[in-house]
Amino acid sequence: MSESAKPHHPIPQAKGEKSHGNDFSYVGIDAILEQMRRKAMKQGFELNIMVVGQSGLGKSTLMNTLFKSKVSRKSAQPNPEERIPKTIEIKSISHDIEEKGVRMKLTVIDTPGFGDQINNENCWQPIMKFINDQYETYLQEEININRKKRIPDSRVHCCIYFIPATGHCLRPLDVEFMRRLSKVVNIVPVIAKADTLTLEERDFFKQTIREELRANGIDVYPQKEFDEDAEDRIINDKIREMIPFAVVGSDQEYQVNGKKILGRKTKWGTIEVENIAHCEFAYLRDLLIRTHMQNIKDITGSIHYETYRVRRLNESNEQQQQQPRIVQANGVAAQHEALTHEM
Amino acid sequence: MASTDVARQPDNGVRPLSLAGHVGFDSLPDQLVNKSTYQGFCFNILCIGETGIGKSTLMDTLFNTNFENFESSHFEPQVKLRAQTYDLQESNVRLRLTVVNTVGFGDQMNKQESYQPVVDYIDRQFESYLQEELKIKRSLHNYHDSRVHACLYFISPSGHSLKSLDLVTMKKLDSKVNIIPVIAKADTISKSELHKFKIKIMSELVSNGVQIYQFPLDDETVAKVNTTMNGHLPFAVVGSTEEVSVGNKMVKARQYPWGVVQVENENHCDFIKLREMLICVNMEDLREQTHTRHYELYRRCKLEEMGFKDTDPECKPVSLQQTYEAKRQEFLVELQKREDEMRQMFVQRVKEKEAELKEAERELQSRFEQLKRLHADEKAALEEKKRLLDDDQSSFGKRRAAAQLLQAQSLTANGKKDKDRKNSGFM
Repeated sequence: MSESAKPHHPIPQAKGEKSHGNDFSYVGIDAILEQMRRKAMKQGFELNIMVVGQSGLGKSTLMNTLFKSKVSRKSAQPNPEERIPKTIEIKSISHDIEEKGVRMKLTVIDTPGFGDQINNENCWQPIMKFINDQYETYLQEEININRKKRIPDSRVHCCIYFIPATGHCLRPLDVEFMRRLSKVVNIVPVIAKADTLTLEERDFFKQTIREELRANGIDVYPQKEFDEDAEDRIINDKIREMIPFAVVGSDQEYQVNGKKILGRKTKWGTIEVENIAHCEFAYLRDLLIRTHMQNIKDITGSIHYETYRVRRLNESNEQQQQQPRIVQANGVAAQHEALTHEM
Repeated sequence: MASTDVARQPDNGVRPLSLAGHVGFDSLPDQLVNKSTYQGFCFNILCIGETGIGKSTLMDTLFNTNFENFESSHFEPQVKLRAQTYDLQESNVRLRLTVVNTVGFGDQMNKQESYQPVVDYIDRQFESYLQEELKIKRSLHNYHDSRVHACLYFISPSGHSLKSLDLVTMKKLDSKVNIIPVIAKADTISKSELHKFKIKIMSELVSNGVQIYQFPLDDETVAKVNTTMNGHLPFAVVGSTEEVSVGNKMVKARQYPWGVVQVENENHCDFIKLREMLICVNMEDLREQTHTRHYELYRRCKLEEMGFKDTDPECKPVSLQQTYEAKRQEFLVELQKREDEMRQMFVQRVKEKEAELKEAERELQSRFEQLKRLHADEKAALEEKKRLLDDDQSSFGKRRAAAQLLQAQSLTANGKKDKDRKNSGFM
């Protein structure tokens, strides 16, 4: 009972046109693209975006502008008693949106209270824990024996980090957070409320930020090491020249030159959100949604999740080796402890 | 998760929302398709059928190339499988196609075990995928998926019914792979016979509980054509790589003295339908069914067989890791026990051998003693004999000496007598 697999015999194939039946050389292999598209449309897509930043930086507004609908509710002003939040909350809201037959389940994960406390040490911990919990849920489902046909994907695909437009440099909080989280999730840093910066100030600020990121070894999306080929690298290099994007968000429409556009109206002019001369919102939107969304999800799934999985499985291995024949309850507790450990 | 889970269901916490403008995520399917095109696709077909039934020719015709095939003999002692992988390209789509053929199927006198190599091959592919999936450091997106996506079962065009070998084989395979039965060499059956033959085959399959692959009906765009095609199963196909001129075109056909059977003519055979269904319409669904149904079933059975469960007797979720560790401990303990046993056995054997050897030595020793005694006895006897002989000799010597003396004495006595006589005579 033997078999021999002779790999790759590239046999020149007549390139057929799309006319069925008349052209003999047409086999129909390229019809698989259409089949794949149909399947994707039927299944729908899932996207989980997390927004992190201090309160008042315009996170909810930006989300609403990106998805042109009320995906986030702006937080109400807390009473004086509640003004100092004790902990960081993680709020996750899902919506079903549809465009031209493509259905997507969008989940926006908000982190109110981040950076708002007086002592902000360890403010990344709840967020890190949340992200790892999502990976854990997915892992548990994946190693089940009876598992679902399509494992529900609640992993955070992209984390948008809002940098306040100080114009100087990154704050220690920013550096700490991004340094830790860029290892577990795709981080896209944006300069919030960029309408307070002039163009020169903006360029200077961006350059400073880029240098600081490089100096601290922070790899934000798109990461250099995951470029697939030369073409990719060219496109991504252009993007890397532009990050962090200086964005302005708005969900109010105004009339400018006879067109209705989203913008912010001030006494000295109207800032058009989608005008690339005014701010870089359009670049952010194109990156996140129109061109790189699939790539973001892929990197989350095949790299960040796999890293987590390797770490987790190795951890359990070591634990079991150190304490053999441990009672089940203890074993579970020990594993939980290892999880909440920060990296 | 079926498609309805992503639909508008306000009760599971997901609210539907309408968009006020163009966001742009309708390009998402395009992004997905582009990525898949970049990676390439892979498709694996298994062809089961008797030797000479036309499997290789049909593959050549389907994919419009000449896969290097050679004819197999009819004298194979066992069914074997031959897998060959090819890289095909059409426009910008790259396909890695693996064609697996059975060699010697149906040729043996005793066909009871004919299906086993096929089942083993399919299981082996599932197993290697499972192994990759369970690895700690894995690379699933780079993994060359060798699981069988479609199985074309070639039915002999007898015109009567399925052979029992066909039924048995298909029954064994229907839960492991998508089976698409085809009637081979369909140009030997007339139209009316073919119709009856098809009905007979389908009813036999149904009555024997064989689950063949049904083209999927849940997508409206293809539901209609799939329903029609489901009614035409099994497809009656003719394969040919030779071209014959018909009218003013060159078509793939088989030329007979009484006419030309055109492969791509729907009135002549169902080849076009097979190509439509297998490649143009349902290739992705075949791959998906293999992954989500057949592979999951295999995985579930395999893991349960190894003793893993999702919940332990108290109905608390048991992690795979813990069970795996427990199993591993068990296995190590078992190994240790066996090692000890073996060691003991070895020691035992050594002792036994030693005893045996000692026994042999003792025996040898006793024999040596015995022989020595015998030897000593003989020696003593010989000594005795020698002594006797010596005694004899000495007594003989003495007697001889005595005799000689007597003789000498008698001589002198005689001499004296003579002398006396002489002396007396003188006087």
